Amino acid sequence: FYLTPPQVNSILKANEYSFKVPEFDGKNVSSVLGFDSNQLPANAPIEDRRSAATCLQTRGMLLGVFDGHAGCACAQAVSERLFYYIAVSLLPHETLLEIENAVESGRALLPILQWHKHPNDYFSKEASKLYFNSLRTYWQELIDLNSGETTDVREALINAFKRLDNDISLEAQVGDPNSFLNYLVLRVAFSGATACVAHVDGVDLHIANTGDSRAMLGVQEEDGSWSAVNLSYDHNAQNEHEVERLKMEHPKSEEKSLVKQDRLLGLLMPFRAFGDVKFKWSIELQKRVVESGPDQLNDNEYTKFIPPNYHTPPYLTAEPEVIHHRLRPQDKFLVLATDGLWETMHRQDVARIVGEYLTGVHHQQPIAVGGYKVTLGQMHGLLTERRARISSVFEDQNAATHLIRHAVGNNEFGTVDHERLSKMLSLPEELARMYRDDITIIVVQFNSHVI
Amino acid sequence: AAGMFLRLLSDIQWRAANPKWRGVATPRRGTSTTAEPHPVSLPAQAQVVICGGGITGTSVAYHLAKMGWKDIVLLEQGRLAAGTTRFCAGIVSTARPVSIELKMAHYSNKLYQQLEQETGVPTGYTKTGSISLAQTQDRLISLRRIASSLNVMGIPCEIITPKQAVQLHPLINIHDLVGAMYVPEDALVTSANVSLALATAASRNGVQIHERTSVSHVTVQKGRVTGVETDRGRIQCQYFVNCAGQWAYELGHSGEEPVHIPLHACEHFYLLTHPLTEPLSSSLPTVVDPDGRIYIRNWQGGILSGGFEKNPKPLFTEGRNQLEIQNLQEDWDHFGPLLSAILRRMPGLEALQIMQLVNCPESFTPDMRCIMGESPTARGYFVLAGMNSAGISYGGGAGKYLAEWMVNGYPSENVWPLDLKRFGILQSSRTFLRHRVMEVMPLMCDLKVPRWDFQTGRQLRTSPLYDRLDAQGARWMEKHGFERVKYFVPPGKDLLDLGHSKTFYKPDWFDIVGAEVKCCKEAVCVIDMSSFTKFEISSTGDQALESLQYLFSNDLDVPVGHVVHTGMLNEKGGYENDCSIARLSKRSFFMISPTDQQVHCWAWLKNRLPDDSNLTVEDVTWKYTALNLIGPRAVDVLSELSYAPMTAEHFPSLFCKEMSVGYANGIRVMSITHTGEPGFVLYIPIEYALHVYNEVMNMGQKYGIRNAGYYALRSLRIEKFFAFWGQDLDAFTTPMECGREFQVKLEKGMEFLGQEALLEQKQNGVYKRFTMFILEDHDTDMDLWPWWGEPIFRNGRYVGKTTSSAYSYTLERHVCLGFVHNFDEKTGEELVVTTDFINQGEYEIDIAGQRFQAKAKLYPFSSLFTQRRRKDEVELTGYQRE
Repeated sequence: FYLTPPQVNSILKANEYSFKVPEFDGKNVSSVLGFDSNQLPANAPIEDRRSAATCLQTRGMLLGVFDGHAGCACAQAVSERLFYYIAVSLLPHETLLEIENAVESGRALLPILQWHKHPNDYFSKEASKLYFNSLRTYWQELIDLNSGETTDVREALINAFKRLDNDISLEAQVGDPNSFLNYLVLRVAFSGATACVAHVDGVDLHIANTGDSRAMLGVQEEDGSWSAVNLSYDHNAQNEHEVERLKMEHPKSEEKSLVKQDRLLGLLMPFRAFGDVKFKWSIELQKRVVESGPDQLNDNEYTKFIPPNYHTPPYLTAEPEVIHHRLRPQDKFLVLATDGLWETMHRQDVARIVGEYLTGVHHQQPIAVGGYKVTLGQMHGLLTERRARISSVFEDQNAATHLIRHAVGNNEFGTVDHERLSKMLSLPEELARMYRDDITIIVVQFNSHVI
Repeated sequence: AAGMFLRLLSDIQWRAANPKWRGVATPRRGTSTTAEPHPVSLPAQAQVVICGGGITGTSVAYHLAKMGWKDIVLLEQGRLAAGTTRFCAGIVSTARPVSIELKMAHYSNKLYQQLEQETGVPTGYTKTGSISLAQTQDRLISLRRIASSLNVMGIPCEIITPKQAVQLHPLINIHDLVGAMYVPEDALVTSANVSLALATAASRNGVQIHERTSVSHVTVQKGRVTGVETDRGRIQCQYFVNCAGQWAYELGHSGEEPVHIPLHACEHFYLLTHPLTEPLSSSLPTVVDPDGRIYIRNWQGGILSGGFEKNPKPLFTEGRNQLEIQNLQEDWDHFGPLLSAILRRMPGLEALQIMQLVNCPESFTPDMRCIMGESPTARGYFVLAGMNSAGISYGGGAGKYLAEWMVNGYPSENVWPLDLKRFGILQSSRTFLRHRVMEVMPLMCDLKVPRWDFQTGRQLRTSPLYDRLDAQGARWMEKHGFERVKYFVPPGKDLLDLGHSKTFYKPDWFDIVGAEVKCCKEAVCVIDMSSFTKFEISSTGDQALESLQYLFSNDLDVPVGHVVHTGMLNEKGGYENDCSIARLSKRSFFMISPTDQQVHCWAWLKNRLPDDSNLTVEDVTWKYTALNLIGPRAVDVLSELSYAPMTAEHFPSLFCKEMSVGYANGIRVMSITHTGEPGFVLYIPIEYALHVYNEVMNMGQKYGIRNAGYYALRSLRIEKFFAFWGQDLDAFTTPMECGREFQVKLEKGMEFLGQEALLEQKQNGVYKRFTMFILEDHDTDMDLWPWWGEPIFRNGRYVGKTTSSAYSYTLERHVCLGFVHNFDEKTGEELVVTTDFINQGEYEIDIAGQRFQAKAKLYPFSSLFTQRRRKDEVELTGYQRE
């Protein structure tokens, strides 16, 4: 049984979202033209999350992809909260004061972020008060600390990541009188999420990455061809520096047990992540929290299980690696994607497919008969084939969708094969995860007129 | 001139000796810069200068010379027949839906047939015939309609089965066909050679032809052409003819006094192939497959095939552009869908080897009809351009009509559908043209059903009530850029979407319009008629009256406040315009005429009114919103709103008075409705429009008022036997021929235009008569509906064509209006048509090949309509319903 092309499209397009930076006076003065994003689930429910927002009190735009594991609770919480932590970290002292005063006197709060959300990207209503209180504590501390220095984006990103992970950990330790919330904060803390976040402000692009999602810059060379520049390093066993770092942080006696089968303590693929308190808390703390926690937690074998060779926690950090890049005119777009994409596609192909999609050039030379002997039938066949080749381009209005179509449907010749696409998308839930991972993609298009 | 001719001839001989010259070499586009000595210097003056050496320019020159004008110079910027003409597919096809186009094509065919013999120039004329294929029943209906009109013109034509089609052309794949039309006399020509042959003949008759000479602009003084500036000097002339093809728009705009020629170029592709292994016979008919959007003709043993794609590529929007000219290359991806259609129609061609894909720009016009005639602003400036890819088919006939127009003052046929003056400056925007031609080019192949409207270039001119009416369910059509309501879709009722409402049968709005008509008959309806052309003519003394008395056939010296229906006639007594004129004061008149008269009527008046600063004519079309209140209760609504008695004693019919309506004062109220129904038209200064409309609608509620549209109006006026100018009336129709003698005052005490011709008709009788036909055995639900242009048969013999038709909701029958002639049985000569001749015939109307019995009437059922209650009288008039 096969899916028809419209059925395939409706699956592929279910989560697609596009945002165009509004123009003023017919001109877009921002360095970002807009972005396309999309997700294709393999897990049910999907464990990936995505976020995008414009900072309203400072300049710049935030975009991020979050790959959850052991459930989606942590990725969900990070996708809701992280950008607030970053935005607050970037705010000047006066603005922080203003916000605090507004909260104190019950006045309306200055909006900090303008979210660009797909209807499926939800925020938890129940936890908003709890999350807000943690955030407020954070900015109160920032006010007290008032360093007087202008905020450095790199530092702000690092602080925000670390602080949020810390808050997640604390909230789980403290618990909540509301049993639903209590269970929620525990699920958040015991599950995990990687994060790859971009902050674009004018020509300054910062990528903060924790884990194995990836940021890649699409560059158009002078001859019109496309190349890829990595703007993040994967935090996993393939990254020697990460393995080195781990070894440095733990006693030599653990050298052998730290990374087994390319996994942290033989268990976890990413070497940095939010949540995952099982790799961060002491054994005592874990036991205490699990025992005092709700029954659901207690009955869960996974949460009770202590990783082997667990001697000197924490083994895991949420601290991101931050890369700064000054945008150049040839930098046309940025792709943020979870490992579901990078497992199936080489970055060079990603750069080419997105680049050609965005410029509408498909490297098809016009046909000229010239002096050759061509029959009407041959020409007809040739034209039909060319039409089929570009038809998938015209079906997509979203670069991320287009990329997913290729990631899932590409055959050995690098062209989308409908049959393959149909098969991959009609896999039953329990099988899907074996053939592919959740895929989440954000494609940000830069404005060459401004850069 | 003799030297010129010799050069021309040698040129042709060289070309003829080289069999491969045509279309195969890289196109050398227009602007040639090679410095070649010009053997003949330009004359300092000439009577006529023609710009353009393509098929239209040479045809005009040929016919002018034939008609005896000798002092003619034809200028061509490159080489003769080197533009679109050279790349033309060379198909002469008479299968045209518009009657005047059909006549032009028929004439062209006859002209080209004898041209080789006349000039000695080989034209490649081959009578191959053509087969138009129908993939659907609707297409077959439209072919049947064309076949009917070809047959009555004496052009052989038959509807054939798919099997017969394949016998005529063995390569046709017929599995998806429902039928076809065969026109055996259609022909093929080598288009460039036809043009050269016409030039040769013209040259022999004294026309000077100069190649490599560009016209930079035309000079106009005091509204008359005085000369032409070229890159080789100036030529003084009285007449200029713009035959510049796709450059005609630019040339029209190059002078100080712009001449608006609304056309725009699109790329057009066709394919040339090498011969088949067994070369195709040169007598094989041309195949047109409109549903596949393609045509296929034989060409040098192979084929020439092109089409009209759905997504045309317009070009030269910003004028002549070297970059675009260089980019005129083959675009196979663009041609792909057409190639599929070609191979689907003739799968046997798969192995045929490609020679070239030719990209040949063609110019298109906003309504798919060519543009000819004299500029409304510059006298002596004539135009013939915008051939919509049928330059060869129309070229001969169009050149003849234009030459007649220049020499005699008017062509021998009614060419209003092609007249430059049907357009104004408002169709001259490049954006409008670009968008419109992208719709027009695909329409070349689309099914032409009754009442289709253009979708592009809309909402240009609108009434101030547009949004209000739109919100109430108005469906719109466009006339001269003005949005007019067709009908109102009641809330909750869904009509079929546009694509599905295309039909030759009963349309989906039938009941909706029926309800509007009923309301007009029984209560009161409002129709926004703001699009009508409105002029005010006034003077300090009696100049206005005196001038108008000369220009109009009715007596305008009526008491102030009277409205007069009158024709604006030409010397032959024919209708140049049909107006209602209100005498506002002793010295001022308010004139209402059809919407598309805005340019033509203005030019007519300007050219004929005395040049007197005390006499002013103003176009006030834009100043007034017109609301037509139709129905027996209109009088109640108005009298309540104005606190003035509106009954017949106080406000007789054909009366005009300024009064207040609601709060608004100065509303010009006229007791006419253009339908024969009781009611009033309100001419409202636009700023009061919304107020008056609201007042009327509020007050009208208790009288059952509702909005109505033009379809209701049309049904009402046709069942009342009201002729409309532009549909029924034209410059070749006199008041005597349409029962309007009462609108002519031959004894009004002063001379008027057309008087002599009318006097003669009054004495000798008329040669055609406007007649009303009621279809007898026609089933409204099941049968094809009449439209216009249907042949009328009297006692089995063709006597004329219908000009308009509508369903009469009162008679519950279709009514067709049309002209009956009396052709002599033996000679075909036109004889006098008498009332007896009309009354003593048995009539049939031919709708797409099917004949329906019709009852002819010369007078409307006046008593039938005014009051429904007088049903007893209905029977007395003799009209019995079975």
